[in-house]
Amino acid sequence: MSDALLFQSAHEIAAAVKARRTTAHAVTQAAIAQIEATDGRLHAFTDRTFARALAEADRVDAEVAKGAALPLAGVPYAVKNLFDIEGVTTRAGSKINRDNPPAAHDAFLVGRMRAAGSVLLGALNMGEYAYDFTGENVHDGASLNPHDPTRMSGGSSGGSGTALAAGMVAASLGSDTNGSVRVPSSFCGLFGLKPTFGRLSRGRTFPFCASLDHLGPIARSARDLAILFDALQGQDVEDHAQLRHSSLDATAEIGKGIGDLRIAVAEGYFRSQAMPEALAAVDAVAKALGAFRTVTLPEVARARSAAYVITTAESSALHLDRLRKRAADFDPDVRDRLLSGAMVPAAWVIAAQRFRTWFREAMRAVFRDVDVILAPATPFHALPSGTKTITLDGIAMPARPNIGIFTQPISFIGLPVVAVPVWLPGAKLPIGVQVIAPAWREDLALRVAWHLERLGAVSAPVAA
Amino acid sequence: MSQKADASFDAEAHADHMAKVMDLSVLPEWRATVVAHLIATAAAAERVMSFPLDDHVEPAPVFEP
Repeated sequence: MSDALLFQSAHEIAAAVKARRTTAHAVTQAAIAQIEATDGRLHAFTDRTFARALAEADRVDAEVAKGAALPLAGVPYAVKNLFDIEGVTTRAGSKINRDNPPAAHDAFLVGRMRAAGSVLLGALNMGEYAYDFTGENVHDGASLNPHDPTRMSGGSSGGSGTALAAGMVAASLGSDTNGSVRVPSSFCGLFGLKPTFGRLSRGRTFPFCASLDHLGPIARSARDLAILFDALQGQDVEDHAQLRHSSLDATAEIGKGIGDLRIAVAEGYFRSQAMPEALAAVDAVAKALGAFRTVTLPEVARARSAAYVITTAESSALHLDRLRKRAADFDPDVRDRLLSGAMVPAAWVIAAQRFRTWFREAMRAVFRDVDVILAPATPFHALPSGTKTITLDGIAMPARPNIGIFTQPISFIGLPVVAVPVWLPGAKLPIGVQVIAPAWREDLALRVAWHLERLGAVSAPVAA
Repeated sequence: MSQKADASFDAEAHADHMAKVMDLSVLPEWRATVVAHLIATAAAAERVMSFPLDDHVEPAPVFEP
C-alpha cells in the first residue's frame, strides 16, 4: 500500500477498508513502515505495540469480511502514554512510573477504539505527568514538530501531535487539563477536540489534576473528530467524574452547516496577548464564517489564574509522596513547579474553586447571546525547541507555563472546544483557532470546524 | 503570570517553612526556581482572591455519594 491512503483522513481509510479496496493489515503495515522511517528523528513514540496492531488488524479484516459495521475499521492510531495499554507500563512521561508493573487492562477509551475497529500502534511521548505545554521531556527527548523539527510539537500531548502530523497514524488520543490537546493541535496543524468536562471516561489513565482533566481525540479532519467522538462516548462506572448525560450523534450532525449560528470573536484578553499570526488566524476563520460580531468574556485573566492555582496545588498533592522520596528523578522543569505547588495555602485553592462556579455562571450568560466563540489556541506559531522565555503584550514570562494562556480559561469550566488548523498565506507553520461551544454541545463546534474544512479555510496536511 | 503577588507575601520564607511542614527536600540549586514558581502562583492567587464573591458562591466538586 502506498502512503497515499495512510496520509488521508481516518474516515477515508476506514471507508477503503470497509469497501475492501485495501485491508486493515496493509494499512497497519504501512503505518509501521512510516513509524520506522520517521520516528527516529521525531521522537513521537515511547512504546510500540506492533504485534498487537497486526493482530487487531487481522481481527478487523475478518470482521469486515463478515459484514461488521466498524466506524473506524483499520484506522491506525496511538495514545499519549498516560493511557493504560494492557501489557505496557504506563509511564505518564515520567521516569518514576517506569518502575510500575505493566497495565493489566486497556484504558476505557482504548477499549472503545478497539470496539470501533481501530488499530493501536503504541504509546506516545508527553511532557512529564502532563504538566507541560512544550512537548519536551528530559527522559524521552522532545517530541518534535514534523513541519519544522527545530520547533516544539506543543504539549503536553506532544507525541500525539507529532505522530499525526508526520503521517505515522491517522488519529491519536491525548489529555487536556489546561490545553494539552489544543496546544499540540495548534503547533502541529491538526484538528483537536477537547470535549465537555465529564463527557468521556478517564478510566484507567494516569491523572494530572482531577478537577480539570479531560481526554480527547486529535485527527487530520473535523469529520474524523466527530466519528472518533461518537466512538469514544459511553458510560464507565470507574470514572466518578463522568457525568450522566445523553450521548450525541456528532457524525449525523456535522454536515448541517453553520445555518444561523451566532458566532462571535473573543476580544480583550484574547487579542491583547496574541502575536500577529494568532490574530490573523482568528480573523481568517471569522471571515470565512461571515462572523462579524465580537464578545468580551468576563474576567478571563482571573479564570486563567484560578485554573493555574488549582492545577499546581492539586497535582502537587497527587505527587507528594514521589516528591518526598524521589524528587531528583523528576524532570527538573516539572519538579520545581510541583514542589512550589505543594506549598500552596488551602484558602487559595478554595477561592479558585469558588471562582470557577462564578465564571461558569458568567459564561452561561454569555452563551445566551452567542452560540459559538472563536479565540486563538496559542499566542504564536510553534516555538523553537528549548525556548524558555516569551514576551506577550510587552511582558516577559516563562514559556512553559504560559503557552496555554488562551486554552486554560476555557477548560477551567469544561467547555467543549475544537481546535482548527489555519495556514496563513505564505506561512511555513500552522496555527490553531479555538471553536468554543456551550457545555454539552460538541456538535456545534464540530459543525463549524467541518464547515471551515469544506470551505478550505482550515486543513491538516501531513508534513512534507 | 504577570500580576505581582501581595507585597506582604514572603515567598522565600514561606517556601522554607512549608518545605519543613510538608517534609520536602528542596536542594539549594532548586530553591530559586521553586521560589519563582511560588511567586507566580501567589500572583495568580492574589488575582483570584481580590475578586469579591458572595458567601453563597460555593465550589462545585464532583462527588456523588
